[in-house]
Amino acid sequence: MEAADIAFVVICAAMVMLMTPGLAFFYGGMIRVKSALNMLMMCFIATGISSVLWVLYGFSITFGDSVNGEGNGIIGNFDYLGFSGMLNVEGADSLLTFAVFQLMFAVLTPALISGALADRVKFSAWAVFIALWVTVVYFPVAHWVWGENGWIGDLEIDGASVIDFAGGTAVHINAGIAALAAVLVIGKRIGFKKDPMRPHNLPMVLLGAALLWFGWFGFNAGSELAANGTAALMALNTMVATGTAVLGWLAYERVRHGAYTTLGAASGAIAGLVAITPSGANVDPIGAILIGLVSGVVCAWGVSLKYKLGYDDSLDVVGVHLFGGIVGTLLVGFLAVDETGGYDGGFAQFAVQAIAAIAVMAYSFVVTWILAKIIDSTMGFRASEEEETAGLDLAYHAETGYDFSQAGSGSVPSSTVPSTADTAAGDKKVDA
Amino acid sequence: MKLIVAVIKPHRLDEVKEALQAFGVHGLTVTEASGYGRQRGHTEVYRGAEYTVDLVPKIRIEILVEDDDADQLLDVVVKAARTGKIGDGKVWSLPVETAIRVRTGERGPDAL
Repeated sequence: MEAADIAFVVICAAMVMLMTPGLAFFYGGMIRVKSALNMLMMCFIATGISSVLWVLYGFSITFGDSVNGEGNGIIGNFDYLGFSGMLNVEGADSLLTFAVFQLMFAVLTPALISGALADRVKFSAWAVFIALWVTVVYFPVAHWVWGENGWIGDLEIDGASVIDFAGGTAVHINAGIAALAAVLVIGKRIGFKKDPMRPHNLPMVLLGAALLWFGWFGFNAGSELAANGTAALMALNTMVATGTAVLGWLAYERVRHGAYTTLGAASGAIAGLVAITPSGANVDPIGAILIGLVSGVVCAWGVSLKYKLGYDDSLDVVGVHLFGGIVGTLLVGFLAVDETGGYDGGFAQFAVQAIAAIAVMAYSFVVTWILAKIIDSTMGFRASEEEETAGLDLAYHAETGYDFSQAGSGSVPSSTVPSTADTAAGDKKVDA
Repeated sequence: MKLIVAVIKPHRLDEVKEALQAFGVHGLTVTEASGYGRQRGHTEVYRGAEYTVDLVPKIRIEILVEDDDADQLLDVVVKAARTGKIGDGKVWSLPVETAIRVRTGERGPDAL
């Protein structure tokens, strides 16, 4: 990599880093007050766990050469364990740049799943789940798609090979289908379909969506790993598709429910971002508009499925990430244009895209389901009924998100009031 | 003495206050309240899930007045609070046995 490319990709990595806290706000605003902090923490903890595992063995088994050698690789080897031998070799600058950029993907992907499990799982169980999930699902799947000799990356039908520029299969379809598998194991929130579970802070949702949108430029354009025209096209298409998806979602809502909602606009943006992620470097801006529009409408419809089919995907990870990921991954099969990189849409391209999507869905669903079952039957995945009803913030974090106790009685500066922290937390045992 | 209680739309509070001052009422108590009448509530939509919100925000006003003024004051409040649309609220009066001004200890009509 040239110095300019390194500068570009490192900045992109920093932008992608912001997506996980952005996701925390996006999800956090959608949850009820009593578990808002827990939602933020479910995303935030992913940054810690995935970062450590990435250095220890994640990068190695994702981007090391396939252990089974030439082609059809399933998993990377251990050459880069603990980043050993990576710091003082020729090309270390490129390798480290790539490693830090891809680390952000390994942080974000498990965090995406948290929205589906929101409001009802043990924090410790969630942390264990992330560690296991990135190890046996994310790292291998990312290797398949992007790794040296990964089998999905090497797949070819009539000269057409899989297009997954920034992670439609490895990130979004993977997280979306894993979310579905996990909610099928842990079950519905108490009161699902009966109690109102309105978002507690829609401005926060929109702020989170905006941070995601911003960071997504790094996610998508940075995936070119060079400061060039393809990165610029990807950035342009990211903007165009996302804007169109907002319009698509809002139009659907206006027809279906009679209002243009804020949550719909924020959700439409994410749907568009998801859909353009795999496809944006291989379509022209008109193609991006089409992908955005379709993803906005399809995802707006997709989120209603949970009520029809009865699975409690709390914050619609399936509806937005799985459906959006499928839309982008499949549509590029037809919309890919030659001049952007030697690809051309057509049946062969569509077929190879579909095989990639189905393979990731099958593997991720089955393995995630088994993982969730194992956690559930050993340490227990769900919070107790009492904790869930009272809210997870106090149960796991010994905090509450907002202090309403002083409302309307602000004559005494709070700093002069003796601390009530001891009595508030009592002798509560904190499970963390 | 009478206690006038009015439950009105929040945005009519200023008009009602001004009308009461013009009438010569010296004090009132205002509470944020919620409830519904014949109009029931409204519907909110979150990602296609529709929630019916029954209880809508209202303002509750309480005014202590002398018996002779009560009828006229009811009309003043009703006139100021009315928009003509559904959900304008209700006003009623109750008999009051006594009232005391805390600062001076005055009782009955002197306390008003």
